[in-house]
Amino acid sequence: MFRRLMFLLPALVFVAIAGYFLWGLGPARDPSAVPTAMIDKPVPDFDLAAVPSLGVPGLATADLAGGEVVMVNFFASWCVPCRAEHRYLTAFAEQTGVPLYGINHRDKPEDAAAWLAELGNPYRRIGADPGRAAVEWGVTGVPETFLIDGAGRIRFHHRGPMVPEVIDRDVMPLLRVLKP
Amino acid sequence: MKALLLAAALLLAGALPGFAVEPDEMLDDPVLEQRARALSAEIRCVVCQNESIDSSNAEIARELRLLVRERLAAGDSDRQVFDYLVARYGDFVLLRPPMKPTTYLLWFGPFLMLLFGVVAVFVYFRRQRGGAAMPPALSAEEEERLARMLAEGATEERGPKKA
Repeated sequence: MFRRLMFLLPALVFVAIAGYFLWGLGPARDPSAVPTAMIDKPVPDFDLAAVPSLGVPGLATADLAGGEVVMVNFFASWCVPCRAEHRYLTAFAEQTGVPLYGINHRDKPEDAAAWLAELGNPYRRIGADPGRAAVEWGVTGVPETFLIDGAGRIRFHHRGPMVPEVIDRDVMPLLRVLKP
Repeated sequence: MKALLLAAALLLAGALPGFAVEPDEMLDDPVLEQRARALSAEIRCVVCQNESIDSSNAEIARELRLLVRERLAAGDSDRQVFDYLVARYGDFVLLRPPMKPTTYLLWFGPFLMLLFGVVAVFVYFRRQRGGAAMPPALSAEEEERLARMLAEGATEERGPKKA
């Protein structure tokens, strides 16, 4: 009996290795994706001044614990995917009523102002970040987006543009839980 | 001998890839700066593939280098600096994976494979030395039959020679 099972061993080893390769090479896995450690953590300590000449206030930790679900988006005028996601974020904020806050990452104030004048400004608050706030938030680049619950905890973190696929697949179901 | 080793080490150090640390980032205290360099070599530039912040020119790497130096200057231990970064970027930010239950297989897997191989080789050679397994001993009845056959054969063999 045992001897007969031994003949199955190579086949079992093959199945195990093939399964691993299938998972490793599958299109659903992105090996360059950077994992996030921010989920369920409270919003980090930060306090950013407003971008001059924009007419919207700056952003600090205290603004994110107001008992309301909010979205925080890191963006820059020099960032091409930010331009691509801009209209989807604008539409999201309009349709759901979720306040959208921006963090303007490593940008010149006049460039940011020109960019928002061209594309429209969906942000209720914008903080100017010379670089350190991004590290505090575990951000690796722009654009990155967070959803904060009413208690000021991070519930969603996405690296890359907020395309409709991401909004429909990840954000909307979470929003239904957080804001029934 | 010591001098020779030192010379060799210095030569080899010169052969390492260039570092991205810029003069304006460096700390005035050479001891702290040395610690910062050592730590930086262990921290992954999160947007590069397998490059440390010490050798990367990415903006985020520069930001992290500055941060490491700030934390050290503020009196943080090496452990605290790592913890600070891991809290924000996860274990991914460490170039050397930490030892913990989820990484045991990663750390001990090679030794496990070695053990498996050693056992396999051991079993293989034991079987070879033992030769084919011995058949069961003959019963009394078979022994008797064998003795009879040998005796018959012996007489037959001797027979023709005598004739």
